[in-house]
Amino acid sequence: MKRIKNRDDLEKLRRTIVEGRDPKRTCIAICAGTGCQAYECEKVVEAFTSEIEKQKMKGKTDIRRTGCRGFCQRGPITVVYPEGIFYQRVKSEDAKEIVSETIMNKRIVDRLLYVDPSTGQKFVFEKDVPFYNKQMRILLGHNAYVDATKIEDYIAIDGYSALEKALFEMKPEQVIDVIKQSGLRGRGGAGFPTGDKWEMCRKANGDVKYVICNADEGDPGAYMNRSLLEGNPHSIIEGMIIGAYAIGSNEGYVYVRYEYPLAVKNLTTALGQAREHGFLGKDILGSGFSFDIEIRRGGGAFVCGESTALMASIEGKVGEPRSKYVHTAEKGLWNRPSNLNNVETWANVPLIILKGANWFSNIGTEKSKGTKIFSLVGKINNTGLVEVPMGITLREIIYDIGGGIPDGKKFKAVQTGGPSGGCIPEKLLNLPVDFERLTEVGSMMGSGGMIVMDENTCMVDVAKYFLKFLLEESCGKCTPCREGIKRMLEISDNISSGRGESEDLKLLEELATVVKDFSLCGLGQTASNPVLSTVQYFRDEYEAHLDGKCPAGVCKALIEYFIHEDKCNGCGLCRKNCPENAIIGEPKKPHAIVSEKCIKCGICREICKFEAVAIT
Amino acid sequence: MVNLIIDGVKVQAEEDSTILEVARFYGIDIPALCYHEDLSPYGACRLCTVEVEEKGRKRLVASCLYPVKEGLRVRTHTARIVNGRKMILELLLARCSNSKILQDMASKMGLQRLRFKPENDDCILCGLCVRMCAEQMRSGALGFIGRGDTREVVTPFREKSEVCRGCGACMYICPAMELQCRGIVSSGDLCNSCLVISPQCLEKYDQVMCYVESCGGCTQKDRIGKGGK
Repeated sequence: MKRIKNRDDLEKLRRTIVEGRDPKRTCIAICAGTGCQAYECEKVVEAFTSEIEKQKMKGKTDIRRTGCRGFCQRGPITVVYPEGIFYQRVKSEDAKEIVSETIMNKRIVDRLLYVDPSTGQKFVFEKDVPFYNKQMRILLGHNAYVDATKIEDYIAIDGYSALEKALFEMKPEQVIDVIKQSGLRGRGGAGFPTGDKWEMCRKANGDVKYVICNADEGDPGAYMNRSLLEGNPHSIIEGMIIGAYAIGSNEGYVYVRYEYPLAVKNLTTALGQAREHGFLGKDILGSGFSFDIEIRRGGGAFVCGESTALMASIEGKVGEPRSKYVHTAEKGLWNRPSNLNNVETWANVPLIILKGANWFSNIGTEKSKGTKIFSLVGKINNTGLVEVPMGITLREIIYDIGGGIPDGKKFKAVQTGGPSGGCIPEKLLNLPVDFERLTEVGSMMGSGGMIVMDENTCMVDVAKYFLKFLLEESCGKCTPCREGIKRMLEISDNISSGRGESEDLKLLEELATVVKDFSLCGLGQTASNPVLSTVQYFRDEYEAHLDGKCPAGVCKALIEYFIHEDKCNGCGLCRKNCPENAIIGEPKKPHAIVSEKCIKCGICREICKFEAVAIT
Repeated sequence: MVNLIIDGVKVQAEEDSTILEVARFYGIDIPALCYHEDLSPYGACRLCTVEVEEKGRKRLVASCLYPVKEGLRVRTHTARIVNGRKMILELLLARCSNSKILQDMASKMGLQRLRFKPENDDCILCGLCVRMCAEQMRSGALGFIGRGDTREVVTPFREKSEVCRGCGACMYICPAMELQCRGIVSSGDLCNSCLVISPQCLEKYDQVMCYVESCGGCTQKDRIGKGGK
């Protein structure tokens, strides 16, 4: 590939690519995102490749490995274009039938279609599936058309034309103005206006400036940034080049966490292609502007997602936060003006430049514009990545898109914003999702984690889980965070094991407030959220624990297993499987549990076919 | 020079100085454990937290790091700050219950109860020794390892460091280990002797265990109801 030296060359290349593609040509798009990889989608790709050869369709049908499609619960997802026929849970054995039926004879394979579990309705086309039709997939939607390893795919969907527009039609200040007008706010969690941040960095003194992409996504259960990086790396690269042009920077870094090898691989490939094509390096597209990006891999510390810790880590120092009283836009990486944005923020930039500030600011609420990607996980029917316009209610996300709670259980809480977010109860489900509303109710937007909990979840246990995570991941530098989280965990541990005292709840709240007010960085300042929100909304549950009861039946010290005599038919299955021989009884007569021996592992309850084992 | 207001008093300060430096210069006492005037500020103990008001927006900041600005309003002893400092001290005392400097601070701040399970650590992780070794001694024999709960100060690989000259500067600067409080009987006690010491006791005893300026011992003696040791 020859380096592109001017605008016309790029447009020529784009025309060649688009004209070389027949929109009516059959294409089998197989999701190769994180979730589907776990479902062995690579084998499905192989099966399709050999099947197409066998059935002599080679040359007439394309196969595309796409980025994450979001509906991970139903992976591996396979969509047949141009019709857009949506097949779910496709195994390698199904390849033969899909090729012979759908590709050759244009017939639908009925058994692979998606059936809505609540209505029983079957859906043929992707656009009709309820999981998708309330979403607004301006970012994730591109994943369907792009093979992450092929820059041609990205160029074909107008990739790098925003860069072209910015470089040749706009001054750096104009780019910043457009981003400011669009109302784009940082997607990493704090929601700082992106345009203002860029302007601060542009105006800061210094000849060398840096732009950095924060891809240190460490929240348990969150994989939004991962899917963007793995699925459409060029959109992030393009965003960063535009940002660098606006700020006046010639060096960029992408800080990726160590646990994302595929993201690193795809990004490395994409950076190589971008350099080859002349989107990176000296004199980009002949505009005179030079910029390049390097990848830095994190070492596995959650706290390195915090801006100053991240910069310390890039510098090769221990990833510890420092105070930000002098903003990183003035003194950041190597004490030079630096601009750090999240993966999702960068991915929004090319779209805003291309489609205009108005298009973007028409989506969303008054202060939160655009869409937000959430990873919807936990006790929910449709686990996956969802992209919704800001201002949509939590109820719509959980019930309309997420399909509600499995097994007819009752909803209890939803935790947003990662480990240091808060738990939102059912009475607030009609809350519109935006930065301000979530903060008002004691949670936060965060980077977009969303964990749904049902009635079998104990809220004290949830608070304990997140405190344990945060204690391990706190850097330990400042007193309130290090000692405070440890003591909050100690107190909630006492409460959940029946050793709690009536004053504990007050002390817990008092301590949580101090940790929030006095900690050095964002990790400590938000570490109290799981505690404060659960105490606020589920106080009765804490009080029940102080009275020696765990209403959800989770905290082992407060529960007892027993066998319903009328339901037990004496099959003996529980007796045989009990690891402690704590179950006694004769065959065909009701059994009983010896509570002194019982270790409350729950195996008997899981294994009983007659639901005879219960918890008090 | 910049003009600012600390606790209602209009003061002038040199540019590039921090709130803590200025406040101490004017005689306002802000507690701090990880700060030393000859070392770079670190902002880890958080005891020096104060409230600043800028453009109508109030927030809590570490005064050892916050640079003074024109028109800044600073409050060093609001109820929220004093209570927070007490809680931080309580957390530190629960970690190192024998430390004299912490026990003295407890007396001074009126902390009378320890609500957490005491641990008998000696190090408050203020990092003064690490900075002393690196910045003043130009050596770097000490550093932090681990994170969160497992953080500690050690020499590399826990062996005698090759660059350690045995100068003892780390021991000299350590606020927590040098002296143990002798007033407490069992771990988890708060000594509070300094609170109930009255100036007369200097006539009675040839040596007192601790001395705290403006302890207010005479006035508080009855209220606490605990005799001097």
